[in-house]
Amino acid sequence: MSDVIISFAKVNKWFGQFHVLRDIDLDVARGERIVICGPSGSGKSTLIRCINRLEEHQEGHLSVDGVELTDDVKAIEKVRREVGMVFQQFNLFPHLTVLENLTLAPTWVGKMPKKEAEERAMAQLERVRIAEQARKYPLQLSGGQQQRVAIARSLCLTPKIMLFDEPTSALDPEMIKEVLDVMIDLAGQGITMLCVTHEMGFARSVADRVIFMDQGQIIEQNSPTEFFANPRSDRTRDFLSKILSH
Amino acid sequence: MASTEQQSPATPPASTGGTKTSRWRSRAFRGLAYQVILVVVVLLVGGYLAGNTLENMRVRGIQSGFGFFLQPAGFGIGESMIEYDSSEPYWKAFVVGLSNTLRVAVVGIVLTTLFGTLLGIGRLSRNFLLRTLCTAYVELFRNVPVLLQLLMWYFVLTDWLPDMSAALNPVTGFFLSKNGLSFPIPVWSAGHFATLLGLGGGIAAAWWHARRARHAFEISGAQWPVLWPAIGMLVAGTLIGWLVGGMPGAIDMPERGELNISGGGAVTPEFIAVTMGLTIYTAAFVAEIVRSGIQAVPRGQSEAANSLGLSRAQNLRLVLLPQAMRVIIPPVTNQYLNLTKNSSLAVAIGYPDLVSISNTTLNQTGRAVECILVMMTVYLVLSLLTAALTNWYNTRMAIKER
Repeated sequence: MSDVIISFAKVNKWFGQFHVLRDIDLDVARGERIVICGPSGSGKSTLIRCINRLEEHQEGHLSVDGVELTDDVKAIEKVRREVGMVFQQFNLFPHLTVLENLTLAPTWVGKMPKKEAEERAMAQLERVRIAEQARKYPLQLSGGQQQRVAIARSLCLTPKIMLFDEPTSALDPEMIKEVLDVMIDLAGQGITMLCVTHEMGFARSVADRVIFMDQGQIIEQNSPTEFFANPRSDRTRDFLSKILSH
Repeated sequence: MASTEQQSPATPPASTGGTKTSRWRSRAFRGLAYQVILVVVVLLVGGYLAGNTLENMRVRGIQSGFGFFLQPAGFGIGESMIEYDSSEPYWKAFVVGLSNTLRVAVVGIVLTTLFGTLLGIGRLSRNFLLRTLCTAYVELFRNVPVLLQLLMWYFVLTDWLPDMSAALNPVTGFFLSKNGLSFPIPVWSAGHFATLLGLGGGIAAAWWHARRARHAFEISGAQWPVLWPAIGMLVAGTLIGWLVGGMPGAIDMPERGELNISGGGAVTPEFIAVTMGLTIYTAAFVAEIVRSGIQAVPRGQSEAANSLGLSRAQNLRLVLLPQAMRVIIPPVTNQYLNLTKNSSLAVAIGYPDLVSISNTTLNQTGRAVECILVMMTVYLVLSLLTAALTNWYNTRMAIKER
């Protein structure tokens, strides 16, 4: 595809002495769905957190929808409005109701009328099948419900790109499915998605491309069928054998 | 070993005693018994102490009772917000002392809250210079005893400032000297009723504007400026009222005389030293509480706010501070109570607060028990009121978890 929405060019990043990202080159096409996997500490979370500048890269170029990410505050603001993010720990605002969590950014950042923001928030809550909980506070909900609220919240500014940072890792097994179902719905709607996850079933059914990272490098990337059937590198094979063995 | 272990379960618990044993094994009965014993002990000790005191006082011919409160005090008080002279009774002197204590406490609490919050946020600033200055301030002022600080400010104000005859005159109408700060105050006249009415109108208009702005924000998302228009309305309202009232222009300006400064309003160096000292000291603690409260909010909250595109100021105001509040309020309540109680140190630099008045009364009348009782009761009531108010606020700010 020629329409590139995210482009990493020779991106490097260090945490102190630790080299987290090494010469990352990656182009993501508009509407593409990517799953990133790899052992812990391999830099996969850092990679997607660079896209909305929760982490800053120290070398190389990174542009998102035509905007180069630098120290420029305006550029960062612009990118953040187009990128939604879902965290492992949900990070809902506990002092606000579910509905207020969803309307906070549209009213304060998007300058949207409160009534319109509430209507759109309710529509998003319908979409993640949790509208009846709108008046409750986040800590009154189960983990799976909270994560679905978090997804709805990040969709309220109608982002072009969605980042998922291990969205199901903090959930009980029986709640993983309800969150994955919502993500599969979303994947069918043409939004660009980057998802760090170890849910290989999700990767098989949804991803256009699977990326394997280790020690800050992209080791291998391929379509899910090829990736799971014929992993090329030993490290990939080793990793897959560990997570698919049971 | 084995034989004893076999024997013990063979003895049934109830067989050793009758009702007596089984009652002592009841948790409810024991709880009740302990409480009865405690009450009896407290009453005995209290009764002994009270009886002993009364007996000693009788033996030494010390009178007791609160009747002396109605006798004339016979001493003057350096500064007072209430009309008072030395022929008035002791109770009036106590009221003056209480009003002076409250004046320090209220002004101190308001200033401490503002100043401490700014310092606490400053300690988390990304600006190196600001952060370092705030840290230095906190470390300096919270680690020097407050009594020394009060004495220091008092000596700074009374030793370093010039005599009244050579008072500093930084702005027209303001004089700063060893004897305090003098400032102009308007002379009351009938025309000022209109000015006050104008101010009231201004407040109403500002309130109405704030309501409309909030409404507009909810309807259209428009963020109207609120602060400056509101200030403008207050000023304009007051001005219009003043004009309507016939522009009463009489202002009592402090004048420089031969030896002293007369006229105008004035605050004493004692009041300035106490209020400033307590504010500066307590603000250092409040700053630490605010800083730790903000830092106690999990990192993920800021990350979520950032990823939604909220600015740093919006993040602080809408996400961090509301959550930090529930961590901040209880310890800040303690600081308010500390400030109120520390205001009794004012006696050290001669500010006529409650303790100072009470000491004088004690010396004149010899009614030590009564004076100490009154002081303790007053501080207890003040502290309980402050605590009740902040507890009520804390419940309102609490986060709902189930």
